[in-house]
Amino acid sequence: MPKIIAQTGDDAVAEAMRQINPDVVVAYPITPQTEIVQYFSEFVAQGKVKTEFNCVESEHSAMSACIGASAAGGRVMTATSSQGLAYMWEVVYIAASYRLPIVMPVVNRALSGPINIHCDHSDTMGARDSGWIQIFSENVQESYDNTIQAVRIAEHKGVLLPVMVTLDGFIISHAMERFEMLDDEIVQRFIGEYKSEHSLLNTGHPVTYGPLQLFDYYMEQKRQQHEVMKFVPGVVLEVAKDFEKVSKRKYGLFEEYKMDDADFGIVVLGSTAGTAKTVVDKLRDDGLRVGLLKVRLFRPFPAAEIANSLSHLKAVAVLDRSDTFGGLGGPLFEEVCASLFNYQFPEGLRIPVVNYIYGLGGRDINLDHIKKVYADLSEIVQTGKIKELVQYLGVRE
Amino acid sequence: MPEEKGWKDMPRGGMILEPGNARKYETGSWRTLKPVMDPNKCIHCMFCWIYCPESAIIVKDKKMSGFDLEHCKGCGICAKECPKEAIEMLIEEK
Repeated sequence: MPKIIAQTGDDAVAEAMRQINPDVVVAYPITPQTEIVQYFSEFVAQGKVKTEFNCVESEHSAMSACIGASAAGGRVMTATSSQGLAYMWEVVYIAASYRLPIVMPVVNRALSGPINIHCDHSDTMGARDSGWIQIFSENVQESYDNTIQAVRIAEHKGVLLPVMVTLDGFIISHAMERFEMLDDEIVQRFIGEYKSEHSLLNTGHPVTYGPLQLFDYYMEQKRQQHEVMKFVPGVVLEVAKDFEKVSKRKYGLFEEYKMDDADFGIVVLGSTAGTAKTVVDKLRDDGLRVGLLKVRLFRPFPAAEIANSLSHLKAVAVLDRSDTFGGLGGPLFEEVCASLFNYQFPEGLRIPVVNYIYGLGGRDINLDHIKKVYADLSEIVQTGKIKELVQYLGVRE
Repeated sequence: MPEEKGWKDMPRGGMILEPGNARKYETGSWRTLKPVMDPNKCIHCMFCWIYCPESAIIVKDKKMSGFDLEHCKGCGICAKECPKEAIEMLIEEK
């Protein structure tokens, strides 16, 4: 029977890691990820996992060791945040290019500078083109569920890619919420056993990981990485279906909240979706037909599916918890715009899309902020005019 | 050189699945200088064998007995390290 307990996001992710019982965990602590590693190390000390647990001197070493352990054929996990992810940068790309199914919860925290420890998505957005799969979570439950599902997605024979599971720093990682924890045996049965096809420890069939590839082979390998991403959404859905059988919780590539008959809606990532759903309910009570789309799978970005889901709206606002400084707008905005641009609308039809950058460095986003976004959308629908394409939300002028 | 594969036929992640296939990469084509050994000077100390980055020193019956010119890049390390100056680097001529 699943247990209903109150835990923080970091607690819940550490519990998921305990249940996954990886062969190897190599990590370095960083706020607000620290508790994941701390709780997990307690499980190691208590003998609740059989994991080879290594505390290394930096995130660069952590990811390097994970790559070695994964190439050796182990089921491998780590976790990080912000500067830690930035510090492991060059090896993050290598994990993806070697096609190693490492699972890494990333507790989203703003990148320096100025130095800050609170939530925004600039850390994982910076790694969006690294070749990793990226799955965003709205709350403690989703952080736990996504961590477990990530193992299956990463290790799927047709995928074999590393996965980042994100949870918003402090908002999810340190806030206590009610969540349902599956039985250990159910998690073990769900993830199954991992058998690496090409283990470095298999001396009977020696292989080389990561040889030099210049103008002769580099491009072919990148083409493979491009191709495999197309296969990922199907696997994410397949794993979600299996997960629903054991958890009774439904997951997709994204979540549509009251979108069916909506006139306008917002697109958002992470914990803000929870706040925004409350606003949607309130505005619906007032008779406004508003909706919300919460992106779960950010990499690969399910462009056609999202464009299709938004295609009946009269206006869309995209909320970004990071900026691209000199790009068109926030990274999610750019993805949504590009997705809609390529959608086959009837002649002459174009949906106005606006962008709000919010919550940088942990700045609070409250109901009134989101109400303002919906009010702006309502005005755009009525006047047909966009006053400001990209604006900051909740900033002092 | 072996035929270059397309991305569909390449092993996943650029892995090399066949051990020791560097042998198929004939680096001898890079060479502009060719090592020539004077058997009268050579004392078979195996310095050249230790230093050669391409394992291109041929050893027979524990004796230095020539160069694998399919793989020798002509770097000249053997000539530099030889204590008896028994190896000379000559311009490669077709």
